[in-house]
Amino acid sequence: MTFSAKIKISGFFAYICFVAASFILNFNPGKLIGTNFYSFSIEMLKILPCAFILIGLFEVWVKRETVEKHLGTESGFRGYLWTVLLAGTTVGGLYVAFPIAYSLHSKGAKLSIIFTYIGASAICRVPMTIFEASFMGIKFSMIRVLASVPLVIATSIVLGNYLTKRKYKVLPGK
Amino acid sequence: MVYLYILTILALLISVFKSVDKTSKAVKIAVKKFINILPAFLSMLILVSIILFLIPDEIILKYLGDKNKFVGITLASFFGSVTLMPGFIAYPLCGILLKKGVTYMVLSAFSTTLMMVGILTYPIEKAYFGVKVTIIRNIFSFFIAIVVALMTGIFFGEIG
Repeated sequence: MTFSAKIKISGFFAYICFVAASFILNFNPGKLIGTNFYSFSIEMLKILPCAFILIGLFEVWVKRETVEKHLGTESGFRGYLWTVLLAGTTVGGLYVAFPIAYSLHSKGAKLSIIFTYIGASAICRVPMTIFEASFMGIKFSMIRVLASVPLVIATSIVLGNYLTKRKYKVLPGK
Repeated sequence: MVYLYILTILALLISVFKSVDKTSKAVKIAVKKFINILPAFLSMLILVSIILFLIPDEIILKYLGDKNKFVGITLASFFGSVTLMPGFIAYPLCGILLKKGVTYMVLSAFSTTLMMVGILTYPIEKAYFGVKVTIIRNIFSFFIAIVVALMTGIFFGEIG
């Protein structure tokens, strides 16, 4: 077991003991912390199973490969839409998107496409959005996606065109 | 919340109807993901239960609530930009804050900068795109997040 895992586990036990002792000794701050924890956990347990099952279904039924196939063949505006869809299936945050963007670029994707990919993989990942909508409501997610995707595409085109003119080169990372 | 249950049950039924095999696979994925995230989740709940005890609701509402919109968005987008937190932790946290009375607009500024602006991922991004492009992209992203937050505020009737 690693050192940090040991710290976490002992912290966890300290917390449980503290809350339990607070209830026994009628220590109000401790009781409040305990009630906080309890009510948040209940709230989470009502939502989490649904969110994770929807994510599981998404992963089983949606094939990345179909999306990837279209990315190469479609150009123009549709190319951007497929890029956003591809980004939607990305797992992990920005740090995963950079290497993928680099490999897309080396396979021939233009700069504006890879910037769209990076931006969209930050905001449109489907599992993440399912999670968001479960906690914040569908309306919140819809507004966020509809407002941000056009802006991401627009700024990527501006940035991409500007850099292409300047003969900009993406580096291979490390 | 009711919609979430209805949607999940419908999705499960359709999936079972199409393939029992794939559905059981999906449920297995769901359970596995849930177990994987559980330690981080517990830590978050413990921290939040303590922090929200230490910071009274009035203070939270004073800075992140309806009264002081400008301060709320500024604070939220600052914290969103400098922290690195998986969405699986961030959205439940937003859900808790929402229940406390923090506005949708502020939570939108927080979650969108969290996802798009990466001050902590700067070294990785720099390695691929160089300093200048990394900075430009992050500035663009920051402004997109602000626009998204304002749109959220407008549609939820929090501005105006």
